[in-house]
Amino acid sequence: MTTIKPIAAALCAGLVLAGTTAQAGEITVVSWGGAYTKSQVEAYQKPWMAKTGHKIKSVDAPNPAAPIKAQVKAGNVSIDVADVEYSDAVRYCDEGLLELIDPAVLPPAPDGTPATEDFIDGGLTDCAVANIVWSTVLAYDASKFKGAKPTSISDLFDVKKFPGKRGLRKGAKPNLEMALMADGVPAAEVYKMLGTPAGVKRAFAKLDSIKDHVVWWEAGAQPPQLLADGEVIMTTAYNGRIFNAAIGEDKPFEIVWDGQILDFDLFVIPRGAPNKDLALDFIKFATGTKPLADQAKYIAYGPARKSSGELVGLYQDGKTRMGPHMPTAEANMKNALVNNFEFWADRDSELNERFNAWIATN
Amino acid sequence: MALPPHATLFERIWRRFYLVFCAAVFVFLIAPIIVILPLSFNAEPYFTFTREMLSLDPAGFSLRWYDRLLTYGMTAPEVARDTAWWLDAWANSQWLHAAKNSFLIGIASTLVATTLGTLAALGLSRPEMPFRRAVMALLISPMIVPMIISATGLFFFYSKAGLAHTYIGIVLAHAMLGIPFVIITVTATLVGFDRSLIHAAASLGATPVETFRKVILPLILPGVISGALFAFVTSFDEVVVVLFIASYDQQTIPLQMWNGIREQISPAILAAATILIIFSMALLTTLELLRRRTERLRGLAPD
Amino acid sequence: MDGTSDAPDGLLTTGDGTPLKTALARATRRAKLKAVVLVLPLLLFVLVTFAVPIGQMLYLSVYSPVFADNMPRLSAYLMANPVTEVPGEAAFEALVLDLKDARKNRTHAQVGTRVNYEKAGSTSLFKSTARRLRKIDGPPYKEKLLALKPAWDDLHLWTVMERAAHRHTLSFYASALDLGYDAKGDLVRAPEERRIYGLLFQRTLLLSALIAGLCLLLGYPVAHLLANLPLKYSNLLMVLVLLPFWTSLLVRTTSWITLLQSQGVLNDLMVWIGIVGDDGRIQLMYNQAGTVIAMTHIMLPFMILPLYSVMKTVPKDFVRAARSLGAGPVTAFVRVYFPQTVPGIGAGVLLVFIISVGYYITPALVGGSSGQLISNQIAFHMLQSLNWGLAAALGALLLGGVLLLYWLYDRLVGVDNMKLG
Repeated sequence: MTTIKPIAAALCAGLVLAGTTAQAGEITVVSWGGAYTKSQVEAYQKPWMAKTGHKIKSVDAPNPAAPIKAQVKAGNVSIDVADVEYSDAVRYCDEGLLELIDPAVLPPAPDGTPATEDFIDGGLTDCAVANIVWSTVLAYDASKFKGAKPTSISDLFDVKKFPGKRGLRKGAKPNLEMALMADGVPAAEVYKMLGTPAGVKRAFAKLDSIKDHVVWWEAGAQPPQLLADGEVIMTTAYNGRIFNAAIGEDKPFEIVWDGQILDFDLFVIPRGAPNKDLALDFIKFATGTKPLADQAKYIAYGPARKSSGELVGLYQDGKTRMGPHMPTAEANMKNALVNNFEFWADRDSELNERFNAWIATN
Repeated sequence: MALPPHATLFERIWRRFYLVFCAAVFVFLIAPIIVILPLSFNAEPYFTFTREMLSLDPAGFSLRWYDRLLTYGMTAPEVARDTAWWLDAWANSQWLHAAKNSFLIGIASTLVATTLGTLAALGLSRPEMPFRRAVMALLISPMIVPMIISATGLFFFYSKAGLAHTYIGIVLAHAMLGIPFVIITVTATLVGFDRSLIHAAASLGATPVETFRKVILPLILPGVISGALFAFVTSFDEVVVVLFIASYDQQTIPLQMWNGIREQISPAILAAATILIIFSMALLTTLELLRRRTERLRGLAPD
Repeated sequence: MDGTSDAPDGLLTTGDGTPLKTALARATRRAKLKAVVLVLPLLLFVLVTFAVPIGQMLYLSVYSPVFADNMPRLSAYLMANPVTEVPGEAAFEALVLDLKDARKNRTHAQVGTRVNYEKAGSTSLFKSTARRLRKIDGPPYKEKLLALKPAWDDLHLWTVMERAAHRHTLSFYASALDLGYDAKGDLVRAPEERRIYGLLFQRTLLLSALIAGLCLLLGYPVAHLLANLPLKYSNLLMVLVLLPFWTSLLVRTTSWITLLQSQGVLNDLMVWIGIVGDDGRIQLMYNQAGTVIAMTHIMLPFMILPLYSVMKTVPKDFVRAARSLGAGPVTAFVRVYFPQTVPGIGAGVLLVFIISVGYYITPALVGGSSGQLISNQIAFHMLQSLNWGLAAALGALLLGGVLLLYWLYDRLVGVDNMKLG
């Protein structure tokens, strides 16, 4: 069995080279760029291409959800697979922008546990299959702080204690949550509070207090760059990007886990995708136990399958244990907030419109 | 231009100020373009001059960002640079892919714009042309209408017409954007055109085609070529329309730079920028030579 | 065929005997036709690739069928019965049945989004209602729905839906002008935290005027110098104007990023000289300053070139004559030279202003949030929020302004006098 696979792969590759195969297809996969896309290319895409002989066009976007909606609405879809946040996956599914994915077609865990039980809670929805757990964290460049260093999410909003520019993601999510947590709202009550007009007002008021000190970022690769260039002294960022800069590139970056906001990334297929079947095949492969575990070799995001968790070991440098760098590690979860996807699926357009108005008028 | 000997002290001071001011404006115009050249050879991934660079230490300079233009997107950039490596680069390097697209789209749209634009300019320069001014205003308006509006219009139109995410769609759009330039430059060469030459040619027995080839074309050629250059540069530099209607396949250099600036600023962009600056210098030189040729043809020698 | 001869009856005729008048008319017609035939292909091309797409796009600003298409029963009811209070059972029945269908077709969220444009919170109301509609399986619909979601008992919501039921609407223009409809359906100003477009149009005009003014200030002396130097020097200096003009916009914007960053070349230079301390670096980018500086640089050639071509035509003798007649240098300049350059100023200022008003790329890259112009909002609604009606309405207003300026330009300068390089 093990010897047949490489031979088959070689045969396939040979056929592709000879140009005689009719079924060698190509799919377009959109993801978040930088270190994250790289981890997916290594762990999911290269093995899938080697296995099937099909090609993948890997495209970067600051947020892959944005082009999907425009493409489906306008009726010219070129994307086959996109990697999106939880609330967008649910929202777009509601809005009829995505193909439905039947979880029964996903492969079971190596021990035979069906996929529906192997994925961690919420990892499967009508239209989407989760691949990782990630989080938005506060990060800073330790070499820029001589005395006290930031230790909590409220330090992000404290321009007296830590004067200087801050990087924030350009969008309502997750700034509103962080603003409330920094304002003293316990994690458990953040979404209840945000559900009220007074809570939204309070969050914007807190953001107002640092508005003049913010550099806004859109793509996940920007925050580590902003820190490295010294454009900001601290920034919110996706935890995996900071890990890669700190461990992979030896940058003196530190993560403040207090107030981190956890979320899923999920694979979806836009409605009307040109290569639907291949797209589904890719998703089935990529969210299998081994590829998900392999991804953790390249970036500090937790796999969405329980059976992959046991296989996670060392970073690609061969010495760093990945466990403590995962957002889900117990020590990092002390004051963590889990993103309420239902809240954002319902209120995203409204709060982002307000955020857009707020940011345009200063 | 020199001051007369009886100039007052005020005039002398004023004149000094005027020259310094002009010099400052020239620096403002050119410095941003010059500064990028040395920075593209930075050995460090920063956008600013390092200590080594300022002390002209060779260790501060490198070609790594030019190398990155080739290797970015390659499947196996680390192996030895044999033929297979170069084939890989040619097929997979994102910047090369973008460059191929830019030239392909630029040349195709220039051909369309120049052909249609030159014909139209010939028609527009005839005094008999009805509604001349209104038609001219319409044909030049793509240059004036904000790009974002043209681009959104095309986005919807192309989505329905099946032209979104196609080369043809972008070529047509870029041709449309380049046409005003062709019309302006060709019309300008026709302003001084002596129409009796056409009659002379005709009375000497030349067919209209011969007249066009032997009399009109040589005279308007500099205008046509400079219009074509403008059209090419317009396409080569255009990003908004591409942003709206292209997919990854039609990614061009400006779009690659736009993504690069917004997503991950690496000095590879400076290397690309340096190459583009050299390219525009070459274009400018061509244009200048053409201008001299026109002046010579018209008997206007520089004084 | 060219020769004319005197016909016996005194009428001038051509060689083949046609009366000259007819022949001339025919020749004129033929010449006209020739000219038209030459222009026609391009005219059609520009109509198809430019005018028609823009027209179609602008139509979206008044046409929004999503509610009527997906909520047919309720739309029919609302068209027949004007809303003056929260309606009764018949309307709620139509609402529930339509919403059930919409949920099945996965279009309920789109409908909610359409209503949300005019009443915040409607998307979530539609979505959460649709999710729980299974519980309502028969009449009385109104009672059951209000028990499930009391938010439907809202006159404002119903007047919004009444307007949305019409396929043609002016509400996107209302939003683009920071207006909205209150519960009674009267036009009122939008709540303060949502009034942004007035401000953005104002900012766009102000910044464009500032950029045009700066370009004039910097460009006038330079154009004057270029026009008065001997040709061999001025040609050389002209390269310094033309090179930026021919250099890619993205390249120039990138350059300004390297110069203006707080760790960039300019700030480094100022720290090195000692104007500012290392921790007092000036924020030159990601704000209005960034937009103004970079755009002034990009627009400057558009000012210098028309000024230069006008100044070239001003005879040098005039100023000399004025001086020899006793005018001081200031008087000679103000009374004699300056008036003759006004056409160039008009051309340059208008051109720079027109291009700046619709600019998108540079503000998006160096403008941060305070340096954004109206084009950036149009792009935002086109690509991110996907409120295409509003994007089209904002675009129509911008386009109207630009066309007005273009018309002015044509009247003052003439589009056929536009010169390049």
